[in-house]
Amino acid sequence: MTAIAMVVNGREATAEVADRTLLVQFLRDTLHLTGTHVGCDTSQCGACVVHLDGKAVKSCTLLAVQASGAHVTTIEGLAPAGDLHPVQAAFREHHGLQCGFCTPGMIMTAVDMIARHDGALDEKTVRDELEGNLCRCTGYHNIVKAILAAAESTRSAGTPLAAE
Amino acid sequence: MGVEGIGAKVLRKEDRRFITGRGRYVDDMSVPGMAYAVFVRSPHAHAKIGGVDTGAAKSMPGVVGVLTGEDLRGDGIGNLICGWMVHSKDGSPMKMGAWPALAADVVRHVGQAVAVVVARSRDEARDAAEAVAVTYEELPAVIEAAKALEPGAPQLHPEAPGNLIFDWELGDKAKTDAAFAGAAHVTKLHIVNNRLVPNPLEPRAALGQYDAADDHYTLWTTSQNPHVARLVMSAFYNVAPEHKLRVIAPDVGGGFGSKIYIYPEEIVCLWASRRTGVPVKWTSDRTEAFLTDAHGRDHVTEVELALDAEHKILGLKVDTIANLGAYMSLFSSSVPTYLYATLLSGQYDIPAIHANVRTVYTNTVPVDAYRGAGRPEATYVLERTMETAARELGVSPAELRRKNFIRSFPYQTQVIMTYDAGDFDASLNAAMAAADVAGFEARRTEAAAKGKLRGLGMSCYIEACGIAPSKAVGSLGAGVGLWESAEVRVNPVGTVEILTGSHSHGQGHETTFAQLIAERFGLPVDNVQVIHGDTDKVQFGMGTYGSRSGAVGMSAIVKALDKVEAKAKKIAAHLLEADEGDIEISGGEVRIAGTDRKLGWHEVCLAAYTGHNLPDGMEPGLKEGAFYDPQNFTFPAGCYICEVEVDPETGKTEVLQFVAADDFGRVINPMIVEGQVHGGIAQGIGQALLEGVSYDEAGQLVTASFMDYTMPRAYDLPNFVVSTTETRTPSNPLGMKGCGEAGAIGSPPAVINAITDAIGTNDLTMPATPQKVWAALKTVG
Repeated sequence: MTAIAMVVNGREATAEVADRTLLVQFLRDTLHLTGTHVGCDTSQCGACVVHLDGKAVKSCTLLAVQASGAHVTTIEGLAPAGDLHPVQAAFREHHGLQCGFCTPGMIMTAVDMIARHDGALDEKTVRDELEGNLCRCTGYHNIVKAILAAAESTRSAGTPLAAE
Repeated sequence: MGVEGIGAKVLRKEDRRFITGRGRYVDDMSVPGMAYAVFVRSPHAHAKIGGVDTGAAKSMPGVVGVLTGEDLRGDGIGNLICGWMVHSKDGSPMKMGAWPALAADVVRHVGQAVAVVVARSRDEARDAAEAVAVTYEELPAVIEAAKALEPGAPQLHPEAPGNLIFDWELGDKAKTDAAFAGAAHVTKLHIVNNRLVPNPLEPRAALGQYDAADDHYTLWTTSQNPHVARLVMSAFYNVAPEHKLRVIAPDVGGGFGSKIYIYPEEIVCLWASRRTGVPVKWTSDRTEAFLTDAHGRDHVTEVELALDAEHKILGLKVDTIANLGAYMSLFSSSVPTYLYATLLSGQYDIPAIHANVRTVYTNTVPVDAYRGAGRPEATYVLERTMETAARELGVSPAELRRKNFIRSFPYQTQVIMTYDAGDFDASLNAAMAAADVAGFEARRTEAAAKGKLRGLGMSCYIEACGIAPSKAVGSLGAGVGLWESAEVRVNPVGTVEILTGSHSHGQGHETTFAQLIAERFGLPVDNVQVIHGDTDKVQFGMGTYGSRSGAVGMSAIVKALDKVEAKAKKIAAHLLEADEGDIEISGGEVRIAGTDRKLGWHEVCLAAYTGHNLPDGMEPGLKEGAFYDPQNFTFPAGCYICEVEVDPETGKTEVLQFVAADDFGRVINPMIVEGQVHGGIAQGIGQALLEGVSYDEAGQLVTASFMDYTMPRAYDLPNFVVSTTETRTPSNPLGMKGCGEAGAIGSPPAVINAITDAIGTNDLTMPATPQKVWAALKTVG
């Protein structure tokens, strides 16, 4: 067992965890932040994407102890309660989700993608950058549309989208 | 149409919880004292079980219990069954082998559950599962259906000699043979429909809780049809009596057919909860999903199409072998029969059809319905054949289809179905215009100049939804009726709850069903709550599959709404001292038509509940239920056109354009309908280009993870060009046909027709990987 401490969605979180505990298990089972999902066991599907010190990571591929000392943002902490982040709003506006299971990971990936490109995205870039996120419902059509729309709104607003 | 009524693009009510991470899926559920199950699974495709030693595992840290197939048998838990009886053409019933939820004697596919470990944590359960020692005596295995039928093949079930489950036929063989005798041209094809894994992104999960105080069971499960799960588990599996079992399917992360069935793991979680005295949760990992979720497709077919000198179709012969895997899954018998051969007439007037289907046991994962279920297989057979025939005859594929279109309705096919409505020219014309077919040859020439091979492929599909008239399916062997139920509860303040037997796992029912209320009473959709997926709340329902939630589920709601409206009008007429025939309800108001005398909707609702001033003899309250049993199937149809470019150096195919023109009848929410089509096409393109199950000769599943099984990713797909034409079905009150599966049904032949057009050879199987396309190109030099 190892003692860990990190800031998750702006709150201090400390725990004793088994060394083999994955970050996603810690988030889901210990902190009950169940918005981060597990859709595979080979780091292919991206349903578990969170932000670690501002960068998108797959939380199934990190041990919880590796995240000790870091700032973690999950889908639950992307926007203040009752509010929507522009990428969340764009997914709804453009019907970028159906069953909703891949959605938290998609949104966390998209926020990171838009921030890294300063909102300057085209369709091909978005499709290439979604390599690590699987969706079985939408055929990606409306996800791509939502991300491009959110990117465009960021550029016109001139404000960075990063949550951290 | 109001702003939120039928036909309006209403944003989804359910989205807020999903985009903020507040969805509630089964694995998100926790109950006090909960323990975790991990299954011990067979590493062999076929073996006798010598013994299961649980001693070491039972003494591992955190272990609450270890249960085996012997324990399950000892407690009288019943075998899993197939609920649709199909008879062979000699009249004998299908040969169903025994399928226990935990194997005690023989395992018949890699991944079959043998024992279960229940422990305080997932990790402890996993560790202890590794300590369960099972001894196996390996037996020879057979993977391919055709090989399983050969003399001397390994035998799976004593109940099914020769591994043959049934040998079934549909249509008139003598008439079809006679039609072929007079043919001017016969097109023959050997067709393989590749085995697929549904792979909804949410893996299956189950949480079983036995409450000894009340002798009551609760199961949270990833189900498309929780009531059917409850019925089957009580009536056939002897897990719990129906009135003491509550099944809850909360948010479910996609199904595509794979979450229709009642699997061993759900049965075991409930039973293990009673045996161990703690709630038991199991969540599939992805490799378990590959090894246990019912697979789809896996047909091998010989097809022959006879045409006269004028290119009119004279007859169709189809001979199919369908691989059903190691056991008969819940609806597995219906998929390659009544959901397949009944659609072989397609959009065409075919005067003689004969189909023969043999279903076969193999040492593979059971096969059942996957998005489209039989109709994609039928469409692939027919539309590959039509395109091939056109090429052989040197005529345009569109014209050959047009020449044979059905144009008069109702139309009785030679294979049971009666098409009630359709306009196949309209969808063909719409698709050809959107795809700019006229400009294709110029684009092909332009591509050739760059060293690329362009191809155009078409597919005109028809399918059957609105599943299904209970009498009809009962006469064909179904063990259940396929009606749907609904209840509309109007609250005293005028807000509305819809309780439905349909289940939403991505389809947006919470929005589209609420749009019916907006349409009927002019209430905002925000004043409507849609309740589904809980057998304690909804009385009964048949669930969601076969694109039935609109055509059947919403029709039940309409029936209940008719009753609510009639009662509300009676109350209003009494209060306003008017004739009830003069009362109209719209915009949240109840008025005497043509006057300014009115009541608020909420005033009528409140009056219904106070009971202070109701017509004599009327019961208080405003709540009505209905069961709707469809009169006929519905028949969505359309035309898909795919344009591809093949790089002859690498064999890589790029889908440049995909056009869909669908006739779904009346559309409730075009945004949601388009989304359904997008997703279906992605799965169809996935089948055509990327996806395919691969077993080695020993029966090991080679494609058992997302690293080995190619799921379509964003860069594999283009933007889709989708549109709808509309002929309303007369078979239900809304005139809607269903849209959930069309994309997956219509698209694979369009893609393969496009690639074979590009590369100049017809000899290509799905998935058309770069390797296969490159090899095919070599054969044409």
